[in-house]
Amino acid sequence: MSNVVSIQDSALHHSHEAHESHHHQSFISKYVFSQDHKTIAKQFLITGIIWAVVGAFFSVVFRLQLGFPDSTFPFLENLFGHWAKGGKITPEFYYALVTMHGTILVFFVLTAGLSGTFANFLIPLQIGARDMASPLLNMLSYWFFFAASIVMIVSLFVQTGPASGGWTIYPPLSALGEASVGSVVGMDYWLVSIGLFIISSLLGGLNYVSTILNLRTKGMSMTRMPLTIWGLFFTAILGILSFPVLLSGAVLLLFDRNLGTSFFLSDIIVAGKILPNEGGSPILFQHLFWFLGHPEVYIVILPAMGITSEILAINSRKPIFGYMAMIGSFFAICTLAFLVWAHHMFVTGMNPFLGAVFVLLTLLIAVPSAVKVFNWLTTLWRGNIRFTPAMVAAIGFVSLFISGGLTGIFVGNAALDIALHDTYFIIAHFHLVMGVAAFFGMFAGIYHWFPKMYGREMNNTLAYIHIWVTLIGAYLIFWPMHYTGLAGMPRRYYDYSNWESFKMFGGMNQFISIVVIIVFITQFLFIINFFYSIWRGRRATENPWGATTLEWTTPVNPGHGNWPGEIPEVHRWAYDYSKDGKDFIMQTTPVGEEETKGH
Amino acid sequence: MKELFLAAIVIIIFVVIFQIAKASEYVSILKGEEKAKKQNNRINGYLMVAFLIAGMIGLWYCNKLYYGKTLFPQGSASLEGETIDTQMFITIAICAVIFFLTQILLFWFAFKYQEKDNKKAYFFPHNIKLEIIWTTIPAITLTVLIVFGLKFWFHITGDPPKNAIMVEITGHQFGWDMRYPGEDGIFGKKNFKLYNQPAGNSLAVDFNDPESHDDIRTTEMVLPVNVPVKLVIHAQDVIHDVGLPHFRMKMDAVPGTPTTMWFTPTVTTAKMKEKTGNPEFVYEIVCDQMCGKGHFSMRGVLTVVTLDEYNKWLKQQKPEYWSLFPDKAPSNKPQQNSDSTTTAIAATNIN
Repeated sequence: MSNVVSIQDSALHHSHEAHESHHHQSFISKYVFSQDHKTIAKQFLITGIIWAVVGAFFSVVFRLQLGFPDSTFPFLENLFGHWAKGGKITPEFYYALVTMHGTILVFFVLTAGLSGTFANFLIPLQIGARDMASPLLNMLSYWFFFAASIVMIVSLFVQTGPASGGWTIYPPLSALGEASVGSVVGMDYWLVSIGLFIISSLLGGLNYVSTILNLRTKGMSMTRMPLTIWGLFFTAILGILSFPVLLSGAVLLLFDRNLGTSFFLSDIIVAGKILPNEGGSPILFQHLFWFLGHPEVYIVILPAMGITSEILAINSRKPIFGYMAMIGSFFAICTLAFLVWAHHMFVTGMNPFLGAVFVLLTLLIAVPSAVKVFNWLTTLWRGNIRFTPAMVAAIGFVSLFISGGLTGIFVGNAALDIALHDTYFIIAHFHLVMGVAAFFGMFAGIYHWFPKMYGREMNNTLAYIHIWVTLIGAYLIFWPMHYTGLAGMPRRYYDYSNWESFKMFGGMNQFISIVVIIVFITQFLFIINFFYSIWRGRRATENPWGATTLEWTTPVNPGHGNWPGEIPEVHRWAYDYSKDGKDFIMQTTPVGEEETKGH
Repeated sequence: MKELFLAAIVIIIFVVIFQIAKASEYVSILKGEEKAKKQNNRINGYLMVAFLIAGMIGLWYCNKLYYGKTLFPQGSASLEGETIDTQMFITIAICAVIFFLTQILLFWFAFKYQEKDNKKAYFFPHNIKLEIIWTTIPAITLTVLIVFGLKFWFHITGDPPKNAIMVEITGHQFGWDMRYPGEDGIFGKKNFKLYNQPAGNSLAVDFNDPESHDDIRTTEMVLPVNVPVKLVIHAQDVIHDVGLPHFRMKMDAVPGTPTTMWFTPTVTTAKMKEKTGNPEFVYEIVCDQMCGKGHFSMRGVLTVVTLDEYNKWLKQQKPEYWSLFPDKAPSNKPQQNSDSTTTAIAATNIN
């Protein structure tokens, strides 16, 4: 315990100095190579927003192809040159877009943009710390992410195009330039970029975990932390334990591509050429990939769950229902996340017994997920709900999580997965449950903590329009895809018009593409609102939502070090809403004599 | 020009929305913050119910439009696929109950418990009984699903019946090749190093192996109805996947690691044409694993015929060996006899 205190003291000491000197910081050390967790969070967020626009735009382009396979769009040729000759994208480019869409959204937006933003921003503020355990590593974490972004952007401009083997980059397709143009050099850029990204994510993750464990303020026991912090804590643990495995897979794939090894290659005849490789296994790569790939979806969704829990409680003016059960279910999901990766591989010819074990463990995850959903519902029950934009987004999250989560029960069951694997059913499932739902968690978080980030408020009207249109759009886009999936329509097809079994879905594809364009344009309402409000939004008050947690005890624009005076002491959990007739009781308020005991 | 016009319209709409949004901020200051907030709350409360009701109507409409286009109305074309459909309906039934229950509660609670002046939220932090209820009920439900699911899974991935015929299917960029084992029922060995496209040996068959001599190579898969078939699946270059949506079957084709899958077709192509009322109907072999730029065009055709038709068709096929080595083609009986002797010897060797 004394150890912890001394670390606290030194952190306090260090940041006092930092606080004193922060007026003299140059522009570069304040805004560019900043070590302030709040600035780093904003850097992650804005980089993430830029990537989200790029990734979403790619999806619009390939949706144009899917929705209007017989039309041409001359502006595409202006934009993409020979990749879209005559205004129609080539199949190679279609697959490059699909690959980049997945990579960008999963890694750069929903991992770095989501947990990078909120872990950096909220952990020190909500647990009562001056900054992260290591501000330097924290800064490096962002700059490695930045470097990864640059490499990925460069890969978009190489002559043979970016990686185009799907975001799961299964070899041999990703290993052999003869098999796909994207694998000529684009894949090397992809692997280097993801390598840098993994370093970034590890630096960040180690920092988040050590900060949460060591730098909590006095009185902030683990079980008094807001659920956002719990969500981010488990996210960081998942990342630390699973990202290195992907790194090893990426390095081995680089070897196979460039040094003539045969980790993933065997018995291959490609483009009329017999390759010398023998003894490798393409399936081995899938194991390495999904050992990260599956925890990755929880890396994406856990922060969103934490944010949602927090926002539902605050705006229902009620404590989150079943706080300990929420932590327990986080723990269960986090543990099971490591034990289910092979459910992505039911049809690779795996041992049926192994498959059975993975069915059991996969469907087990539905139990903690159900606990979470029912706890959220009970949190709303008999509340006094304020529909702030964040609250509407959080309710949207719960709805999307239910819709997408239930289809997980279908695809997690191996027998059904035989029929549904790699069809549109899968697209519908994971876009709802981890794609759009995680985005709603992110939107909720941004709308909720914007006043803390920039000292100003976002425009509510724009926010409501944005959220409602996006929610309706998400259902219109992805719900019909369940039906195409049940018709066996495969994913990642450039054109369905030559297929007797699937050509009748042309009309639906067109409808979906139109909705995609509308939803894409609507996102600019958010972006305009975001950037306009940074400078011109209404000035925020200290605690605009009437929340109990520590970040709202700082000044409206907290400086480096967060609290001008001493770090406040915590006396209670984060969810004393509507207790003993009071609307809310700050965590810093000492427990009164007559107060009802316990929570 | 048209695009510029469209872009201009979008920008104008944006400016209008933005101005309205800005104006609403000033209005709320004039009207009083509290009042404006209450109005916002009411509107969003109603939107919650509206979304729920519109959503339910939307689900019904979507189902009406597209259920007929799924594979359910025509039923599974294989015996094993029927078990998958059964499992599918059990799962849909259970999930639908949970779906409607939770979604209705979510939006109804949101509407019903919206902020009101004279109301206080109910301080209700935890209840162990409730937590136990909604841990055990999902656990029991899932157990049911797991038990059924695994029963079907082990059946489908288990050994095929003894009378199963064998067909080999090989995926390459971008197409499928079929091989039938001929009269001996055994495929000749393959070795990828023997691949020789110019000489016609694009499947890399080892023709020194006498078992390859009666193997038949085709580009179309023809199967007899009601006879179990075991597919032996190969890939030459990258991972492909043999997808048979009408049979509810799917298995990856992995270079270097042959896989298998088996099923029993129950409906002939001719009968399916009647059933679906579509004279163009064919069973299509779909590539279900991204395999490069021609992935979307990797189409194969599977025809299910009666056993008589199948035997007749098989008789018409000539072994690949004969067409590649025309001098070895049997025009007299003695040679065929010697062939079968070698086959017998080879078979003993394997045993």
